[in-house]
Amino acid sequence: MKDLRYLPDVSTIKLNTEACIGCGTCELVCPHGVFQIADKKAGIVDSDGCMECGACAMNCPVEAISVSPGVG
Amino acid sequence: MGDMKSGESCCGNENDSSAHNSENYEVLLPMAPSAGDECGGSSLGESSGIYDLPGYKLWHFVEDFIDTAAGIVPRVKTSIDREDQYGTLKARSGFNRMRYSITPGLYCVGSPDKDSPVMVSANYKLSFDALRKELNGINTWVLVIDTRGINVWCAAGEGTFSTDEVINRVKLTGLEKVVNNRELILPQLSATGVNAKKVKKGCGFKVVWGPIRAMDIKRFLDAGKKAESEMRLVTFSFFERVVLIPIEFSMAIKPLMWILLTVFILSGIGSDIFSISDSWTRGLLMASAVISAVFAGAVAAPALLPWIPGKAFSVKGAITGLIPGICLVLFNFKSIMFLEMAAIVLVITILSSYLAMNFTGATPFTSPTGVEAEMKKAIPLQAAGIIIAVIAWVGANFLTI
Ligand code: SF4
Ligand code: SF4
Repeated sequence: MKDLRYLPDVSTIKLNTEACIGCGTCELVCPHGVFQIADKKAGIVDSDGCMECGACAMNCPVEAISVSPGVG
Repeated sequence: MGDMKSGESCCGNENDSSAHNSENYEVLLPMAPSAGDECGGSSLGESSGIYDLPGYKLWHFVEDFIDTAAGIVPRVKTSIDREDQYGTLKARSGFNRMRYSITPGLYCVGSPDKDSPVMVSANYKLSFDALRKELNGINTWVLVIDTRGINVWCAAGEGTFSTDEVINRVKLTGLEKVVNNRELILPQLSATGVNAKKVKKGCGFKVVWGPIRAMDIKRFLDAGKKAESEMRLVTFSFFERVVLIPIEFSMAIKPLMWILLTVFILSGIGSDIFSISDSWTRGLLMASAVISAVFAGAVAAPALLPWIPGKAFSVKGAITGLIPGICLVLFNFKSIMFLEMAAIVLVITILSSYLAMNFTGATPFTSPTGVEAEMKKAIPLQAAGIIIAVIAWVGANFLTI
């Protein structure tokens, strides 16, 4: 969503790169293109695009992602 | 969108009927009245259909039923007719708070066989319609799960479009007897509530994440069940925003009666203690300010969202409110004093700002943490502004002699 952006620097999305196994699930399920896989590791490329829906954290097989909607 | 209350469960009627076989139904024709008797009607009306069962009402979108190893399965049409459109209109209007749902269970489209894909849908009628109208020419099974009549994304967030519900529905419908493949195509937006790995563990079916929008389902299947990245990203287009306006609007006008009553009472207070004529003339002016604010905050702000400056919705709403506020003041420039002008502009700006902020609950891109941060800043300001506006408005009427 390029034309509609909400407040910057508020999302609570966090990624534990060490734990990540690069499976690509987060990149697949995120509806805002927040993740990108490079060199077999996920990276957060657009944290301000995150709406904290939790789809990535719900489906990460190694629980490398955390997001806590509403605890600002 | 976020306001939809979930009702009680309505599971499983379809599954109980699996004992019936469609061939066994008889066509019962009503007895024709003989000519000239008192029954009077000239036309007979339609006779009961072959799929009618006492106690059930057949949905108009069911074409017929097919036999499967797990009982009979309704075959649904891919066309949207007037009845669907009327239902959609009612659900969208915001005045009809009833659940608009269909019975969960297994449905099908076309002539699916044991190797046909299985798509999973919410039992919100609008979600189901959006899917089936894209399935023309496709042979597929559609597993409708019980989301209490709520759309995919809201249900996934609220926990009714869940891992457990998918597993349960697969088991309840006996899906493993109907198909040989072990794959479920789930809408991507349900990933918020469904853990694909646990589904696999729980019922043996592998989850394939389908596109976000049902309209992409054909391209998704043609590409070998792969979604291009653009199918994976949500949009919030002008049309997608506009269909949400009636609900925003109806939520905004519910407390309006009380606000307007307060406006007319406050407008009458002044140096004469209470003046009916002031209550009416000044009240009307302020009432028009309040009503403009509803349009500015609940209609203009959602519709024009990306083009209004600012990131916070309260700021966007204040901007859409400021414009009619200034217009109203200019229009009445000669007849009102400065304090009244200030009160009018404040009221429109703040109400519009507040209403626009409420719209964050209906968008697919505002994070709850952000909304909380915004509200923490905006609500004290809005409250202070309203208090100042009331003092200015009432105070002005004490200054007139
Ligand atoms: S919480 Fe949702 S929007 Fe945010 S990164 Fe995860 S999937 Fe994307
Ligand atoms: S889902 Fe988890 S393990 Fe897979 S790429 Fe993303 S962060 Fe890494």
